[in-house]
Amino acid sequence: MTSSSSSERRSFERAQRRRSTLIAAASTTAVLAAVIFLVPRMPRWDRVKKSFFDIDQASDSFPRLVDAFWLDVKIFVWTVPAIFIVGLLIAIARNTRTPALFPLRALAATYTDIMRGIPVILWIYLVGFGVPGLGLERPYNSPLLWGSVALAMTYSGYVAEVFRAGIDSVHEGQRAAARSLGLSSTQTMRFVVLPQAIRRVVPPLLNDLVSLQKDVALVSLIGPIEILRQAGIDKAKFANFTPYVVAALIFLSVTIPLTRLTDYLLSRERRRTSGTRVA
Amino acid sequence: MKQRSTRVRLIALGAAAIIGLAACGGSDDASQDASEDEGIETETSDSGFLTTGNDCTAGKTLAEGKLTIATGNPAYEPWVVGDAPESKEGFEAAVAYGVAAEMGFSDENVVWVRTGFDEAIQPGAKNFDFNLQQFSITDERKQTVSFSDPYYTTNQAVVGFADSPVAGATSTADLKGLKFGAQAGTTSLDFITNVIKPDTEPFVYDDNAGAKAALEAKQIDAIVLDLPTAFYVSAVEIEGSKVIGQFPATDGVAADQFGMVFDLGNPLVECVNEALSRMRDLTAELATFEEEWLSTYVQAPVIAVE
Repeated sequence: MTSSSSSERRSFERAQRRRSTLIAAASTTAVLAAVIFLVPRMPRWDRVKKSFFDIDQASDSFPRLVDAFWLDVKIFVWTVPAIFIVGLLIAIARNTRTPALFPLRALAATYTDIMRGIPVILWIYLVGFGVPGLGLERPYNSPLLWGSVALAMTYSGYVAEVFRAGIDSVHEGQRAAARSLGLSSTQTMRFVVLPQAIRRVVPPLLNDLVSLQKDVALVSLIGPIEILRQAGIDKAKFANFTPYVVAALIFLSVTIPLTRLTDYLLSRERRRTSGTRVA
Repeated sequence: MKQRSTRVRLIALGAAAIIGLAACGGSDDASQDASEDEGIETETSDSGFLTTGNDCTAGKTLAEGKLTIATGNPAYEPWVVGDAPESKEGFEAAVAYGVAAEMGFSDENVVWVRTGFDEAIQPGAKNFDFNLQQFSITDERKQTVSFSDPYYTTNQAVVGFADSPVAGATSTADLKGLKFGAQAGTTSLDFITNVIKPDTEPFVYDDNAGAKAALEAKQIDAIVLDLPTAFYVSAVEIEGSKVIGQFPATDGVAADQFGMVFDLGNPLVECVNEALSRMRDLTAELATFEEEWLSTYVQAPVIAVE
């Protein structure tokens, strides 16, 4: 009786799954076919193809774009540690509980509010041209330096909030237990709260990194020739937008693996913390 | 009200000039006759007969009977004075109205729109008949857009602070060790990388405002621009800067030629070229406009290209 009803259920579920797969396949084919069939029939498709998908233009620009992309990678690599250190310090500052440290908490809150409230692009302009304008000498007035500082300031605001959420998510009982074992509040933070907090926020942090990876291109607005700027130069020179498409593909080749990694870590974290999975 | 009366006066002036030219030149061109009509009508009654193009332009403009002209947003001096092309003040504004008149459009039928560089070259339908904002004519760009014949030819020039290492340079060899800035996608940027070939990569900005901020912050030593813009920028926009010199067009260094941009294959190009050739050879209007708007802007020491 039980065995027959469970095998019945299994075969029903199998049929349901097959049906979903078929429907998904059919709708995907329909959408793809519509795109492939309809787009080339648009009146100015030839012009769009020439302007955006010119193979010769793409292969001509590609080496220059990859070259310029290195600058993006470099900016990314040296801003990330700064962002994490500043972000973590701010989050910890916001979590202090000593009454005397209220000014520190207020300062940390103000910092995150301001940094998250100002568009990155604006902040890069203000810091990148404003600070060197005070009369710094080369190389300390480099737009690369101050552009990176601006980027790190903005992103540390976001990252601080992520860390703070992580710290808040650690149950109050953990602190109580640690303090009752004789740990000081600094020790509690360092050995009990932070290890749990940071592990929980790795996926959202990676999410911020994906976003940073794209925003690095904004540093080009104050001078340095990175990939977005190089694509713009080629675009203007050849009056053709293909370099932008190539640049987009180069960005994707980095951001997609990073996004997949984030997804993987997220689902692992969910499995680890929430037991069985409901389909 | 005030604007209107100024405009009427301008039109009257223009008409008088055209009649004068027609009288001494003895030209009996159809479009000029049309302009004459327009001038006289407008002088006598405010809402008189307006001309809407000549035989050449019929059916070729975006809006029937109107000429839609695009310029930058904002448009810069000395090309357009005060970002107001309707005033006819500034070299490109004057040329635009000159071309319109040659093609038989009265001023009222000239419509201005604003576009960025990208809007001008994107593959979709254009919202202008032609676009003038110091577009340099290059073979690469001709693949995507059509150009008119050049309406102005200029040299590249260097702007820097009078008390900086760039001042006093007499040949490109003196410039190699400097840090340069230029506007993105200009022929000036090409000029830096291909002719000056400095030791370090130039910095690039979206507009002159960025280059100016970088020059003031001493992030760069010098900017390369077309000569009239260089004079304007040094005289008005960046205090303490001057035009260090201009690079003459020689073998291997082509002069910069500005042309109007059209949608690829737009038949109106022929009409505009015809108008431009008349303004160059017959009425000498192009030279007059140059004299009026750009003449203070062309005397600069020459820097030898090595």
